Amino acid sequence: MSKENTSAPLEYRTHENEMKIFGFWVFLGAEIVLFATLFSVYFALADRTGTGPTGKEIFEMPPVLIETFVLLTSSFLIGLGVHAMRIGRKKAMMVFYIITLLLGLVFLGVEINEFLTYIHDGATITTSAFMSALMTLLGTHGAHVTFGFLWGSAILIQIKRHGLNAKTANKAFIFSLYWHFLDVVWIFIFSFVYLKGVL
Amino acid sequence: MSFDELFAPMKEPMILAAGISIIVGAIAVVAGLTYFKKWGWLYKNWLTTVDHKKIGVMYVFVALIMLFRGGIDALLMRAQTAIPENGLLNSEHYNEIFTTHGLIMILFMAMPFIIGLMNIVVPLQIGARDVAFPRLNALSFWLFAAGAGLLNVSFVIGGSPNAGWTAYFPLAGTEFNPGVGNNYYAWALQISGIGTLMTGINFITTIFKMRAPGMKLMKMPMFTWSALITNVIITFAFPVLTVALALMTLDRQFGTKFFAMQDGGMDMMWANLFWVWGHPEVYIVILPAFGIYSEIIATFARKNLYGYKSMVMSMVIISLLSFMVWAHHFYTMGHGVMVNGVFSTTTMLIAVPTGVKIFNWLLTMRHGKIQFTTPMLYALAFIPIFTIGGVTGVMLAMASADYQYHNTMFLVAHFHYVLIPGVVFGVLAGYHYWWPKIFGFRLNEKLGKSAFWFIILGFNIAFFPLFILGLDGYARRMYTYSADTGYGPLNMVSFLGALMMGVGFILLCYNIYYSFRHSPRETTGDPWDARSLEWATHSPVPEYNFAVVPKINQLDEYWFAKKEGRDITAGEYERIHMPNNSSAPMWMAGVMFLFAFFFVFSVWAGVIVFGLATLGFLAYRSFEKDDGHYIEVAEIVETERRLGGEQ
Amino acid sequence: MKKKVLILPFVMAFLTLVLSGCQPLMIFDPKGPNARTLSNTIIMSIIVMLVILLVVYVLLINMLSKYRASKQAPDYEPPHEEGSKVLEVVWTVIPILIVTALAIVTVFTTSKVEKKPEGYGNKEPLVIYASSSNWKWHFSYPEQGVETVNYVNIPTDRPIEFRLYSFGPITSFWIPQLAGQKYAMSDMLTKIHLAADQEGSYMGRNSNFSGEGFAQMEFEAQAMSQKDFDEWIKDVKAKEPKLTEKEFDKLLKTSFVGRKSYSSTHLTFRPAPMEHGKHGKHDMENMKDKDMEGMDMSH
Repeated sequence: MSKENTSAPLEYRTHENEMKIFGFWVFLGAEIVLFATLFSVYFALADRTGTGPTGKEIFEMPPVLIETFVLLTSSFLIGLGVHAMRIGRKKAMMVFYIITLLLGLVFLGVEINEFLTYIHDGATITTSAFMSALMTLLGTHGAHVTFGFLWGSAILIQIKRHGLNAKTANKAFIFSLYWHFLDVVWIFIFSFVYLKGVL
Repeated sequence: MSFDELFAPMKEPMILAAGISIIVGAIAVVAGLTYFKKWGWLYKNWLTTVDHKKIGVMYVFVALIMLFRGGIDALLMRAQTAIPENGLLNSEHYNEIFTTHGLIMILFMAMPFIIGLMNIVVPLQIGARDVAFPRLNALSFWLFAAGAGLLNVSFVIGGSPNAGWTAYFPLAGTEFNPGVGNNYYAWALQISGIGTLMTGINFITTIFKMRAPGMKLMKMPMFTWSALITNVIITFAFPVLTVALALMTLDRQFGTKFFAMQDGGMDMMWANLFWVWGHPEVYIVILPAFGIYSEIIATFARKNLYGYKSMVMSMVIISLLSFMVWAHHFYTMGHGVMVNGVFSTTTMLIAVPTGVKIFNWLLTMRHGKIQFTTPMLYALAFIPIFTIGGVTGVMLAMASADYQYHNTMFLVAHFHYVLIPGVVFGVLAGYHYWWPKIFGFRLNEKLGKSAFWFIILGFNIAFFPLFILGLDGYARRMYTYSADTGYGPLNMVSFLGALMMGVGFILLCYNIYYSFRHSPRETTGDPWDARSLEWATHSPVPEYNFAVVPKINQLDEYWFAKKEGRDITAGEYERIHMPNNSSAPMWMAGVMFLFAFFFVFSVWAGVIVFGLATLGFLAYRSFEKDDGHYIEVAEIVETERRLGGEQ
Repeated sequence: MKKKVLILPFVMAFLTLVLSGCQPLMIFDPKGPNARTLSNTIIMSIIVMLVILLVVYVLLINMLSKYRASKQAPDYEPPHEEGSKVLEVVWTVIPILIVTALAIVTVFTTSKVEKKPEGYGNKEPLVIYASSSNWKWHFSYPEQGVETVNYVNIPTDRPIEFRLYSFGPITSFWIPQLAGQKYAMSDMLTKIHLAADQEGSYMGRNSNFSGEGFAQMEFEAQAMSQKDFDEWIKDVKAKEPKLTEKEFDKLLKTSFVGRKSYSSTHLTFRPAPMEHGKHGKHDMENMKDKDMEGMDMSH
């Protein structure tokens, strides 16, 4: 079953690896539906602010721009990490991945601060349908980033211990797909929640 | 919540009886296992298995139990309404029962039965050794079992959901539904839904990446095609349910305003989200049954399936349309003529590919040599009965007319005429058809046929009157009605039909025992002289499925090989790599069950502990070193010799 | 043996008709133009569907009687058949034509029943607000300034426009013999147009499950001549108390109240939500809306 195809990149070498990557793409398809549903809910409720604030009143662009910049950079860096992995440079790969994860933490920090500001201003998840939808959409994305941080750390520990092989490379590659996906979701959040909200 | 409130449902005598019978049953099972010293066997061979066939059998086993649970609900409802102003059940109790009946029959009977049969059959039909991710497959099963368990626990501890299986807001919100019933709803469905989503991903990967050499997509058996399309629908529909249920939980337990009546909430959004998932869900359970019928009709007409390509095309079209019709569940919500018109049209269009399938099945039988076996009888009964369900569906699809059918017994009759022939007969046909493949002996035909006649006649007697009642203005979900409505006699007829169906299902189960004792064992591996690959290996199927993976040149390769006297499973044995058993899926599902259980009651300490434990299992899996094991050639030779030698 | 199962539905249909006492079924016994349109649509669709059923059943009986194994020679080998382009086109195109026809009928009849019934000249419809709460129906007549609970009287020679909303779960307002149903919801107003062309008492109910008291959520719709209607209004105005906010709140909280009548409506202190597509429930601007003009007459 596990005949190695040595011409393929490390992460694709076994049939099992190939299936895992394929399966993960299918999973990302399901994730797209999940976020699409959350976006639809948000769009349906965006104007239904009840007695609470509107998006225009609470959105602040500077922290959002920081979040965007941090996440885009991390996505670029993890791409470099995958490249380093393919040419077999374990150390470089690990450095790129570590910076990626740290940028993920920075993103989370800014996002948590943003939530605290909303709450401080008296706009919580129970204030209005709009606030519920906003915080659920952002929160789901944030939870994904948090989970990604834990998952990525686990993979880094394994690479540190066992080095780069078909198994660990496969995991690291799949993780990079996940991270890029979160970045894409964020771009949609940035455009259709924040930009649309302040315009 | 006080202890008293927690066990409040137990004060109802009937619920107490149900609770006691569950406990007595459980004690009997535990005692039996202990007495016969079967714990080790159960644990080693079943609970920790990652073998797709055994997982499939466990799915079907739980589905059958749930069929009886949901069936008893159905009998109680029909008994309550059999005579006007009956006092058997009060309103609250009746509401709980029709809610759980719907939930159980769709999500914990139809789904696992379908998924169980897919598990058993799909890898065999494509000549694979297992599914793509065997461990994940076991987790899917255990998550489904945890969800089913959670819903059934609600009956005893805390109270069942009672806002209908559709759980429309604001009725399902805390204002009108302050108990924990609908928290159970959200979490039981959430957990099993996640399992189902993983099944979807698993089977798409399996079918795309693990087919036997030479088996192009258009050379796959029709059941595998239906499984592929179904799993694609699962993957795209279930995340919507995940979101909807999460929002329900947030609204009910954290005070968000998604579906609230104030602060900008939108109660109709629930209905939209629910049906965006709910309508594709109907096709998730029906398409595999179409696949089963295709296999069975071709086998017992002793002819190849007519119009293979159009059969595949029509399923693809149905799957696309299934995402474009959800609003027909609420034409009466007051969206304009144009919106209703568009959804009417897309809905009616589904009849076209469905009709194509019906005509292809009919023409498969032309020039055939039809054998009336039990599975074939179900397939043949399906055609005329399902067509009634189909044409009444077209009637309901007409928005204007629906203003008169909506929420009536006419609708109830329609969807039972669709789902019972379209799903239940399908899985029963598949169950009789593939039984010998798994257990190595056939179910008794005579008993099978008498069960069939009880079920078929009982079904029509139970449900046809409901069409008439609906047209007479009888709204669904009423726990009682007054005598001067004149609904009494037909309801009584319906109740008698339901009893007949009950007898049929008891016969069906008795048949297992009878055949186990008396049926001759299978030696050929191909008792029906069938066409597809699963019949090319032994019955029961060895762990590795095929000693040598066959090469495929055409559709029904096995059939043509038989005729030409070729043996497609001949070849040199090589050692076979197989995954190891694992107890982790079961324990992880157990932990998630507790997580959900504490969540239902908002006991945050428990939620945190078991939430972290769930993450712990994921981390354990990530760090685990498990490369599976090899079955050596000597062992394969031995197994092959034992199972039937020369093949 | 197979034929038995095929004729079963027809036997059942016959039996059920006998058992139901040969009275016309409610849906097929319309007492107003809207319900009549729907009844005709349904009967038309049943005829089309019976033809389709007949085709399928004849084909099936034909296959089962001709090609059963017991009728074939033991050495008969069924041929290999791939399918037929011609047949496929036939059984795709004909259903598409049927669906197209039915879709046209659907749009036509839906728009017909969503409008003021024809044949009443330019008589303005009588507006009645029907709102549900657990588990009863409130009927407000802004034009006349009266309100009833669990019964509604309408004049026969005038089109009626019901405006529906709910103080709780989604309900569905349905008088089968006068018109099809429509949901009543908390944040959006929906409308039903109907007219009764015969005097009489008709069953009306909520058909959408709304909790414990759902089965009892019935009301009587009585169609009467304009003269009787005017008299009844006069009667209510003279004899019944005003509906105060306090009294109304008490009504909302009580599950079962039987019939009630009041000489003013709750719309003054508890305005209805807005129509589909607009939201902002109970917005005070709403009061200036055309919807509320009728209400002012009640002062």
